[in-house]
Amino acid sequence: MSNIDSNLRELYQEVIFDHNRKPRNFHPMPDADHHADGHNPLCGDQLTVYLRIENDVVADASFVGHGCAISTASASLMTEAIKGKPVAEAEALFHNFHAMLTDAPTDSEDGPDMGKLAVFAGVREFPARVKCATLAWHTLHNAIIGAKAPARTE
Amino acid sequence: MNTLSDALRQNVPNSAQTPARAPAPAPALTPISATLNVAADFPILARPVHGRRLAYLDNGATTQKPEAVIDAEARFYRESNANIHRGVHWLSQHATDLYEAARGTVQRFINAPRADEIVFTRGTTEAINLVAYSWGRAELRPGDEILITTMEHHSNIVPWQLLCDHTGAVLKVVPISDAGELDLAAFDALLTLRTRLVAITHISNALGTIIPVAALTASAHAVGAIVLVDGAQAVAHQKVDVQALGCDFYAFSGHKLYGPTGIGVLWGRAELLAAMPPWQGGGDMIRTVSFERTTYADAPQRFEAGTPNIAGTIGLAAAIDYVSAIGIERIAAHEHALLVHATAALAAIPGIRLIGTAAHKAGILSFMVESIHPHDLGTILDAEGVAIRAGHHCAMPLMTRFGIPGTARASLAMYNDETDIAALVAAIYKAQDLFGTRRPAA
Repeated sequence: MSNIDSNLRELYQEVIFDHNRKPRNFHPMPDADHHADGHNPLCGDQLTVYLRIENDVVADASFVGHGCAISTASASLMTEAIKGKPVAEAEALFHNFHAMLTDAPTDSEDGPDMGKLAVFAGVREFPARVKCATLAWHTLHNAIIGAKAPARTE
Repeated sequence: MNTLSDALRQNVPNSAQTPARAPAPAPALTPISATLNVAADFPILARPVHGRRLAYLDNGATTQKPEAVIDAEARFYRESNANIHRGVHWLSQHATDLYEAARGTVQRFINAPRADEIVFTRGTTEAINLVAYSWGRAELRPGDEILITTMEHHSNIVPWQLLCDHTGAVLKVVPISDAGELDLAAFDALLTLRTRLVAITHISNALGTIIPVAALTASAHAVGAIVLVDGAQAVAHQKVDVQALGCDFYAFSGHKLYGPTGIGVLWGRAELLAAMPPWQGGGDMIRTVSFERTTYADAPQRFEAGTPNIAGTIGLAAAIDYVSAIGIERIAAHEHALLVHATAALAAIPGIRLIGTAAHKAGILSFMVESIHPHDLGTILDAEGVAIRAGHHCAMPLMTRFGIPGTARASLAMYNDETDIAALVAAIYKAQDLFGTRRPAA
């Protein structure tokens, strides 16, 4: 298998297809106390992230929107990953996620445990797609800090 | 294959000359590639991408360059480089001669009545902006109307919006049908005595629709409006004769015509250009300068402030010479045959939807693949060496019209053949396999 073929399989893993076909937590949240919009107009990717935060813990998280498989799966897996986590931990996860996609690869043993989110490590080989995978996370960050302007990553 | 060969027999004169460089012998030539086989003239096409044969189908964005163009630019810098105009030394005169000869080459190529109607610009976008700033700001008054269509490129929308903001003129938009054809009844209804300018694409970059420019121009002139044509997608793919079209301005880019980037053309009627004020000030565009009063050069110099892209004009002229040697009608026939072939090949893939199915189309295929976002498709096709464009194609209002975020677009050029289409089709099937959405052919 050529290098590009293996990179492509790293990018499009079954977990990503699964979350693209059946996004989790994919609904508006009427009792959300935090929400923010994300929009990459050049791509057309668009989403809204909803949060309910109780005692500095993400009690519930959901999203609606549309985009490519990478951006949809990223939003879906993100909502799963942050539910029940302290807000500070969710923000740290965003930091680590971003580093995984953009920093030079290190020995995986040294890196933080990304759990299911590790499936996005393959995006690093496709720099044009990093913005797809990070849009949901930037939107999450805006929701947490209460930013008014829509998030964008392009 | 019978229909293809029949089409070719009708469209290609027997006397059509083979290109300057003999193509490499290829096994089992099929009808389309047998008619025109010029890939060997384009060095980049021999470069593998991701270890695979490159199927370059992003010609609507930019075309590749033949060796003749690459050599002409390099030769200019090696043998002829100097700044043009007013130089008393030999090299400057020589460079000026080449620059002005390029103007003549462009004039003949689009059958313009006069060489001084050819203004060199950075590209189509700058040519349209030139008309908007110079003609538009001088001529338009509040309530005047500019008529465009739903399928314009942003470069034929935004300059007019800026002009409307400045002058109080009003932008009107002619709708299109689901097939991507202009609503001619709506055009007639929107064209009134208030219409001062009709700005239309010649060929839609996102749909491939060929617009009946000559007929629309006649209607526009009947109400006293002038007509600007965005020819960016047309000049490389069909014969353009500005006198036959009857329009007043025609804009195009060199880089979509096998020439360099950063060079383009505005053709304008002499009497219009003569009445237009300058839009950029600087050297080369003046007659006399004093602190009290400056007078301006005649067209085209009036609109060419500063040192122009001299090497770009040399490269553009070389590109036009190359295209003319092959024959634009022959190129058009080849691309039409390939379009017919590619349309059938794509339509046979279950789950594909073509966007833009006008009766008169150029070699542009916009499509959606069920359950696969255009950007995912673009990434997977790229891994197969197939270069297409995915997105809104600088035509966001058009995407909104179809209710889609974007499309995948394959756009053809003279060096494409069935091998490229086969690679495209195989890569789409691979994407469907990867996404688990492949269905058996009906």
